[in-house]
Amino acid sequence: MSGDKVTKALLFLSSLTILLLSAGIVLSLTGGAIPAFREYGFSFITSTVWNPTSGSEEYGALPFIAGTVITSLLALLLCIPMAFSTSLFIAEYFRGTRTAGILRSLVDMLAGIPSIVYGFWGFYALRPLLISTGLTDQGFGIFTASIVLAIMIVPYATSLSSEIIAMVPSELKEAAYSLGATRREVIFSVIIPSARSGIVASFILALGRALGETMAVTMLIGNANIIPKGLFSPGNTMASVIANQFGEADGLKLSALIAIGLLLFAITALVNAAGKFIIRRFA
Amino acid sequence: MKNLILLLAIAITVASCGGGGTKPAKEKQVTLSAAGATFPQPFYNLAFKKYSEEGGPAINYGSIGSGAGIKSLRDQVVDFGATDGYLSDAELAEMPGEVIHIPTCIGAVVIGYNLPGVTGLRLTPALLEEIFLADITKWNDKRIADENPGLALPDMNITVVYRSDGSGTTYIFSDYMSKVSPKWNGQLGTGKALNWPAGIGGKGNPGVAGTISQSQGTIGYLGFEYAYAQKIPMALIQNSAGNYVEPTLDSFSAAASVEMPADTRIMITNSPTPEAYPITSFTWAILYKEQSYRGRSAESAAATVNTLLWLTGPGAQAIATSVHYAKLPQNASEQAAVLLKSITYNGEPILK
Repeated sequence: MSGDKVTKALLFLSSLTILLLSAGIVLSLTGGAIPAFREYGFSFITSTVWNPTSGSEEYGALPFIAGTVITSLLALLLCIPMAFSTSLFIAEYFRGTRTAGILRSLVDMLAGIPSIVYGFWGFYALRPLLISTGLTDQGFGIFTASIVLAIMIVPYATSLSSEIIAMVPSELKEAAYSLGATRREVIFSVIIPSARSGIVASFILALGRALGETMAVTMLIGNANIIPKGLFSPGNTMASVIANQFGEADGLKLSALIAIGLLLFAITALVNAAGKFIIRRFA
Repeated sequence: MKNLILLLAIAITVASCGGGGTKPAKEKQVTLSAAGATFPQPFYNLAFKKYSEEGGPAINYGSIGSGAGIKSLRDQVVDFGATDGYLSDAELAEMPGEVIHIPTCIGAVVIGYNLPGVTGLRLTPALLEEIFLADITKWNDKRIADENPGLALPDMNITVVYRSDGSGTTYIFSDYMSKVSPKWNGQLGTGKALNWPAGIGGKGNPGVAGTISQSQGTIGYLGFEYAYAQKIPMALIQNSAGNYVEPTLDSFSAAASVEMPADTRIMITNSPTPEAYPITSFTWAILYKEQSYRGRSAESAAATVNTLLWLTGPGAQAIATSVHYAKLPQNASEQAAVLLKSITYNGEPILK
């Protein structure tokens, strides 16, 4: 009896810790961001100027918000066909086979590769490839960062999607086959509709991951504090500007960086909430 | 264990008080922590390692950036800090105690570039302004060609590479540019991070060096030792005497042969010396004049001062040149020793 109580107390305490931690993060971010929002108000979010020179200091977060949203969405767009077809391959077409097992471990391995290694790959392998197409001078920019981001988030989307696809009851599929449906028809008329919310959730999870990715993006995006002018233009993201400038920041600049952190936190929370909503609405 | 350390500290304090100013013999047991500029990190790492091998204290140097180094000293969590830009009067006033600047070596910022088949590029301050402010966007622009009659400059876009992180290197470069270009001073000013009109950012000196060495058509500013290590061609810069000067340890030292103010707070960029490379700067260690704070032991205070005295002396300065920093000129070393002698513990001078 008392063992039960102890377990209950322990579990309660650990979940309380999580709650307190999240509250603490929000509180300290908000506290740190207050000077920046007091100075610039709402225009902190809409201003495109980031000028750290003392005397003419002015901080606006829009270039970084734009960079983050554009690279993450582009990465998601590039990730969907890769992750979707891979998860179908693993969980439906070649389900239970050795090939699927190998592929699944490879995908899981991708998730374990450190961010900086992706950065190096992008820097030394992908960039020269893009330069050779003649579309870009130096290969730094939104597009390069998005490609690498897409590859980085594939494992997250794939592993969850394939679990969900594998969970579709075989009775449903067998019923469809018995009615004479082809494999393609089963996939598009049975599997996808019944796994829809889970698949969407897996891509939202992947998007959340792309939003916060820092190191690989920093190495490839060009770190120009401007709103990107095109696919091959350099830009910067919220996570990347924080990582870059935090070390030497103080005063208003530090507050502006913390405010960007708070905005990133809010955007991630919004994306997650949207995911939850989609799952509940269409499940 | 804690009691033991405390006891030891008390014993040594008592002993050193009674002994009346003999050098503390047990520096080996002290561990010092220091933090700050990344610019001199290669020098500090090597020098501190050597010093502790020779029986000095172990020193943990965190290269976390000049700004963070100043912050750490202000919060009194380090024995000394390190910075590439000296503290302004306003920053000094914010510190909880009087702070002393000790110059430790001379570093230079060079202009590295990557152009197929081109070496020995010559740049004037005006060209630097026009290139970094994106007024000149092609390598074969007439204005560059006029200063470089012998070079076959390609028809290629110029890509400026700058530091994406806040940095002392950027501070030194922009300090120089603000001195030589009113337009620069008005548009970008001087700072550790700037609002660059064009180009791409690399993180840290290694990031800038990697970007330049891997991409043709690039030009950027970086610490000399990084360009040297990666064999990146460096431009000759026209100094205030009108001479085109190659970045070398000698031309850096020449820049430092100036009148030294008593507190050593001087930027030596755009030096008037005819042989001087113009984008050169001291880098400093910073510490409190009164070393007894936050319960620091007399032992760590003495170790801190002795370490810095050694660092500015001939032994450590020879190490500096081996990792491509220029050594302090005689007057700077002497000034450093004078300043270190003024440092006290509970009002008593540490060095006699």
